[in-house]
Formats: sequence, C-alpha cells, structure tokens
Amino acid sequence: MPVTFSVNQQPAQFDGPPDVPLLWVVREQLGLTGSKFGCGIGACGACTMHIDGVPARSCIVPIAAVEGRQVTTIEGLAPNADHPVQRAWRELDVPQCGYCQSGMIMMAAHLLKQNPSPSDRDIDAAMTNLCRCATYVRIRKAIHRASQMAKPDRR
Amino acid sequence: MRARSIALTLAVAAAAAVAVAGALMWRPAIAPIAPPAASSFDAQLVARGRELALVGDCNVCHTRPGGAAFAGGRAIPTPFGTLYSSNITPDAQNGIGAWSEAAFIRVMRAGVRRDGQFIYPAHPYDHFTRLTDADLAALYAYVMTRSAVASATPAPALDFPFGIRALLAGWDLLFLNQGPYRNDPTQSIEWNEGAYLVHGLGHCGACHTPRNALGAEDESRAFAGGVAEGWYAPPLNQTSPAPIPWTQASLFNYLRTGHDAAHGVTGGPMADVARNLADAREEDVQAIATYVSMLMGEPSEQRDGKARALIARIERQSDERRRAIAAGRVTDLGEIIYATSCAQCHEPWSSNPPQHAGRNLALQSAVSAPDAFNLIHTILAGIHPLDNPSRTVMPDFAGAFTDAQLADLARYVRRTFSDQPAWEDLPGTIRAVRAGIAAQARQRASIATSSDQGRGK
Repeated sequence: MPVTFSVNQQPAQFDGPPDVPLLWVVREQLGLTGSKFGCGIGACGACTMHIDGVPARSCIVPIAAVEGRQVTTIEGLAPNADHPVQRAWRELDVPQCGYCQSGMIMMAAHLLKQNPSPSDRDIDAAMTNLCRCATYVRIRKAIHRASQMAKPDRR
Repeated sequence: MRARSIALTLAVAAAAAVAVAGALMWRPAIAPIAPPAASSFDAQLVARGRELALVGDCNVCHTRPGGAAFAGGRAIPTPFGTLYSSNITPDAQNGIGAWSEAAFIRVMRAGVRRDGQFIYPAHPYDHFTRLTDADLAALYAYVMTRSAVASATPAPALDFPFGIRALLAGWDLLFLNQGPYRNDPTQSIEWNEGAYLVHGLGHCGACHTPRNALGAEDESRAFAGGVAEGWYAPPLNQTSPAPIPWTQASLFNYLRTGHDAAHGVTGGPMADVARNLADAREEDVQAIATYVSMLMGEPSEQRDGKARALIARIERQSDERRRAIAAGRVTDLGEIIYATSCAQCHEPWSSNPPQHAGRNLALQSAVSAPDAFNLIHTILAGIHPLDNPSRTVMPDFAGAFTDAQLADLARYVRRTFSDQPAWEDLPGTIRAVRAGIAAQARQRASIATSSDQGRGK
C-alpha cells in the first residue's frame, strides 16, 4: 500500500519499501533538494524538516511513519522565502558554505514559534544542528534579529 | 450543677489541647546576624563544603533554569501543588545571609526556618538530620561564601489545606525521625561512609523509595523504586530489574561518568546527580557505590545465569534482525521504525556502530523498567549532555512520530529486548511525558521573556 502524505501542502505518495527514509523520498522522488543529507544518523540536522509543525531529522524517519501527516521543507517554510528567519539570515549573511543552513533555518523557525524571545542559552540548547564552517555566532545573532523582526512593536 | 462541671472540664481540656497543639506547632525565631564576611570562613572547610554540596545536589533544586547558582526559584511540582526552591545565597533579605550556623543546622535537621516557620519536606531534612556537626559546618561555610543574589523566592502555590505551614508539625511528628547516622560496627568503614551519604546528604531515597499518601517515604519499602519529576527511579535494593546485575564498579562508573556499558545513560534528575558526582570527592562516590551494591546484594545463581544467557544471545539476535531487515521482511510499524530510526546507532552492523558500549537496547534499564516513562522520555527528548546541551548523543524524536507510532515502537522494543510483560497504558504514559516536556519548555520560555523584559527596563 502506498504511503500518502503532504509536502508543503501538496499531496504526495510513495509506493516502495516502508523503511526508506523520508529524506530520500523528498529529494529523489519529489525533487526538493533544499534539505541535505549530512550524517545519516540524525546527528547533524542538515536534513531537518517539520512534520506536523515539529522539526524532525528526516534521514532517520521511515516513510511509513509519515502516513497521513504534513511535511514542510525549507522550500515550503514561507511564500517567497520571506520568513523572518530567512530575512534575518540574508541580512546578516549567515551562511558560509551553506550546506547545513536549511536545517538550521527550520530549527530556528520552530524555536521562535515556541519561544519568541529566546536567550543565548535557549538558542544554544535548542540549536542542536552542526555547522562545519562554524557559523554558530552569526546564527545566534540572526535568531535574535529574526525575533525582533517578528514583533516590530517591541524593537 | 453537674452540666456546669462537665462544661468546665471540657473547656479546660480544650484549652489544654490548644496549648499542647500550640506548643507542638510553635518554634522560636533565631536572632538574625550580620552576614559574615567570606574571609571569616576557613578555606579548607569551604572546600570540603563544596564536595559535600555536590553529593547533596543542593545546586540542582536551589537553582532555577537559567538562573544564578543557589538563588532558588525552581518550580518543584508535588502532588499537593507547586513549591519554589528557596534562595540559599548569603543575601540578607532574600537568602540566608542573616542565618547563624545554629539556624542553618536547625533547618537542615528539623525543617524549621530561622524565623521559626516550618518548611516543606521537599527539602529533605528527613535525610539531612543524619548529618554530622562537622559536615553541616562545612556546608554552612560553603553556602555562606557563595555570591549573594537579591532574588526573592516565589510563594508556594499549594492546594488547600497544604498552604498552612503549621500542619507540617504533624507531618514532622509522624515522619521525621531526627538524629545522627549511627555506625554499624559490623560493617566496613567504607560501607558506613556510603550508608551515611546515601541515607543522609545524598537523600537517594527521596526518589528511589516509594512515598505514601502524605508524601513521606514508605520506610517498609526503602529503595524499592519511586518516581522523580516524570521519570522512574529504579530500585536500589534486591528487586533491581537490571538485566545485568550491578556491581560496585559499574555503579561507580555510572555515578561518576553518567553512563555504564551494561546499564545505560543517566536521564532526568539522575543526569544532574551524575554531573555533580563527576566533580565530587572520589572516595565519597566509591563509598556510595559500595553501599548501594550491598543494598542490591549478591545476585542469585538464577539471575546470574539469565544475565550470562542474555550476553550470549545478544549477538545472534542482532544478526537475525539484520537479516530480517535486509530481506525486507519488516512488517510491523514498530519494527520498521526501529530499522530506520534506531538501528542506525543501536546495532553493531549499522552505519554508525556503537562506540559507547551498552547501546544494545537489551541492556538498557529503561527497557526492562516496570513502566515506559524513561524510554519514552529518552526517545522524545533525546540525550544531550547537561553542560553542552547543543551536543547530540541521541537525537530527539518528538516531531518524528505520532503518539500511536511511538506506542508501536515502544511495544516492539519491549517485546524484542526484554523478557518483561508488555507495558500497560502506553498512550497515557506518552501523553504524560509529552505534557511534562512541554511544561518545561514553557517554563524556560517564560523565564526568557521575563528576563528579556527585565533588561529592557
């Protein structure tokens, strides 16, 4: 039986082995390559997507577990890529090589939804993704900036 | 005439009862002192106090998430409502700066504040009453030489009638057995040292002993396992369900490093305990491990045999799983999830074979425990070191699975990796753990918001 789910609010289907990771289906069947394959063991977070609004490491989520659920990838985070996190990222030139950044942005977007004004400590605890270029300092700055952008009345 | 004498007798009796009750409930205030200068304490005494405070985990309860050390304010959920830990820094207004050593000793041994008010037994004075004068002096020297923090302790939010502190006189009468630890001359010095720390300062029973309806430890079932902030605290006695029996060496390793190859990784409040014991005096941790291993006793021949059989079949079973998964024979959703989400690190044939021994789920205490709280908590929140929370030892799966899928996974793990009966009410456990994690996240977020506003002023 094929697995039926949605990706960025578009219906999607996969007919294949149930233990194939979600990331493979999204990249290879659906052609959405913004989410990256990094470590393959859920440690680095380059593959982070939202499932029903909560971040998950899609390289270790079997497609069978996505049946009937809503997946959001970096491509679907905001129309025109204008989520406050994406705007802050551009404003502060966060990426170095860029490989980890879509996962970072997906994590940061969820952090701000849960905690609109995170402290440095909250950011450090929530951002468990890895960046080989060590852009962590800029990431932290950009999350604070996105937090301001999301509520301009408190600037 | 007769009626009048009866009334008089009753009135006298009532007055006497009130007087007795009043005396029972009344404790004198101890005069305040000017906060002593840090330099007035002997440096060696302070250093010993620091080691003892690590065994006592004072910092864990008396520090709120993101707050200054020992300044209190951490929410302590209890069945009777929420308490907030007090500020134990030497701030004269908000902390214990005005407390003499005598006042400190009284609160530790009898649960009475400097001003004569009773405190709630969330502060384990039923354990601390066993401490020696010398150790209390060292702890006093240590806390009185910390940085004073002007942070007020929030008032408790308890259900009626638990807000009435005088009632605690009754609790103390029933459950507080005051007095120092008594050495058992038939046992070794190390055993006695361990027993003193386990029963006293370490207050291990506060989590590992079940509690009665009034929140007191059930001494008849000492160390039979309890609960701690949504985690299961396993038995430390002969009923330990660990598949491989604990030894003094494995207990020491677990307490000192936070994990042990044959048992698993510390989680929840126990992670805080191990974090502290990593810095405590080594002899103290050795003594605790010695005493707990004696509490658990020598494993029976049958239990030892089961452990040997388990180790012998671990490899064969793992290989069988590899072949089943490779052949695409996986059908049950729990098994599919295990194959893609867990086997990656928990199987020797995976892309990331276990570097830290003990990742085979058959060895994990959480899998053989009588309830699924610890396993579900670990799957949902992952494992992140306390002093480096952005590091991932195990990723969290809160977003990956629905409650029904988590239940499937837990059922598969229990069936495959333990010989224990299926867990009851998995959906209830999963809902409770998710709610607990969400409440903690909300507390952190509200603290962040309030400190952010504080900065803006």
